[in-house]
Amino acid sequence: MPALLELRSVDARYGAVRALHGVSLEVEEGSIVALLGANGAGKTTTLRAISNTVDRSGEIVFAGTRLGRRPPETIARLGIAHVPEGRGVFPELTVRENLRLGTYVRRDRAARREIDGMLGTFPRLLERASQPAGTLSGGEQQQLVLARALLARPRLLLLDEPSLGLAPLVVRDLFELVATLNRDQGLTVLVVEQNASIALRVAHRACLLEVGRVVLSGDAAELREHESIRRSYLGY
Amino acid sequence: MIVYRSTRVVNFAQGELATFSTFIAWWLIGEHGWPYWAAFFLVLGMSFAGGVLLERTVLRPVERAPTLTVVIVTLGLLIALNGLSFWIWGGDEKIFPSAFSTRAIHVGGVAFSIQDLGVIGVSLGAVALLYALFQLTTVGLALRAVASNPDASRLLGVRVGWSLALGWGLAAALGALSGMMYAPGAQLDPNMMRGVLLYAFAAALLGGLESPLGAVVGGLALGVVLNLLGTYVGFFSGDMRLVGGLMVILVVLLVRPAGLFGRPLARKV
Repeated sequence: MPALLELRSVDARYGAVRALHGVSLEVEEGSIVALLGANGAGKTTTLRAISNTVDRSGEIVFAGTRLGRRPPETIARLGIAHVPEGRGVFPELTVRENLRLGTYVRRDRAARREIDGMLGTFPRLLERASQPAGTLSGGEQQQLVLARALLARPRLLLLDEPSLGLAPLVVRDLFELVATLNRDQGLTVLVVEQNASIALRVAHRACLLEVGRVVLSGDAAELREHESIRRSYLGY
Repeated sequence: MIVYRSTRVVNFAQGELATFSTFIAWWLIGEHGWPYWAAFFLVLGMSFAGGVLLERTVLRPVERAPTLTVVIVTLGLLIALNGLSFWIWGGDEKIFPSAFSTRAIHVGGVAFSIQDLGVIGVSLGAVALLYALFQLTTVGLALRAVASNPDASRLLGVRVGWSLALGWGLAAALGALSGMMYAPGAQLDPNMMRGVLLYAFAAALLGGLESPLGAVVGGLALGVVLNLLGTYVGFFSGDMRLVGGLMVILVVLLVRPAGLFGRPLARKV
């Protein structure tokens, strides 16, 4: 069965600087794939290439459709939810309004009711439902953007460094939530993480990026044991 | 304020758009005998469409360009529209009919003209409608999201380009509204809105560029202050009040750039 998402020889650039060199990878439906690598390796750029928020070339195929030159808005409507680096919260809007925007791509009336359901899943957000999102803590904002992305009922979730700036316990809870959603609802996730150990514990497969190229990819369990990963990214 | 709130860019052509629209209204009513309210709403609709069109054609290429470029483009629009108004309609004043009678009514010893009350009523109505749009509708929410963070909005499926166009359309229609309300009390010529633009800018700055409440309060405050100054401080009458407006702009930018109701903006470096 063809993968839900395929990247074939994707290049990306920021102005004159090439950030990705011929990146190819696959994400099977219903799986969690972790994209690992050091700072500047091109992990965030890869996600940006998928949502077309960076200058890129090469082929990206999602659910059998070539993404081509479609603008980010259209790609979102195809069922890809990208939670960007820096979270992308609307600070002046309330928590509830942020969540409402998550349902923007949907046509069905059930969407509004699901906002309340989502608030139920995230009690910290329920407490602050009418507060401007900018007043939330880092962990709460990360929950907010995750909840917002989920409200779009995406087929593919792109998560960029969800652990950034968060306390270890908060990170653990967040990843547990992602794993649960994957197990129970079959949510496909491509997660970019510098925190290799937690990512590898939750993911099914992983890819290691270095200087814009894929240098290793395979089963998450295997990669966890792999010599160079252990040395460079897991610290033992 | 709407364009700023939707796009974070001040549109300097605002006044000229208003004048242009008012001229069209004058042309319809005066020269072609259209009934007032028919022309009124038609011009509102046309201004809206015009604003949308302008954004999509002139502003679209510079959507991603630095702010300064966009400001220059709107200044260019101002000059172009001003010139166009002169060219089509000439520089002499036209009389613009009022929607309301100029009869006076007396409330508590103070005389108001129906016209002034009408203008205030229409303005308040417009503000209320806009408030409802921004706060209560999905479209309004999308506009606010785009103003807050256009990149995040894109990722949520919001068509940012059309949101900007909508903001312009609304601003143009509002401008036309203000032009048609203002013209009866002043002279309708291509420079009609220049003073208004200055006062409006000062008022918006005073109230905070992002706050509709601020815009209204700023406008009222400015009007009161300038009029009081005009009456009690000898040389501040007539055109000197424009200087008053300029002074307000200067003071606000120096002392509290965010205005009375705005939130101080900090940009991450």
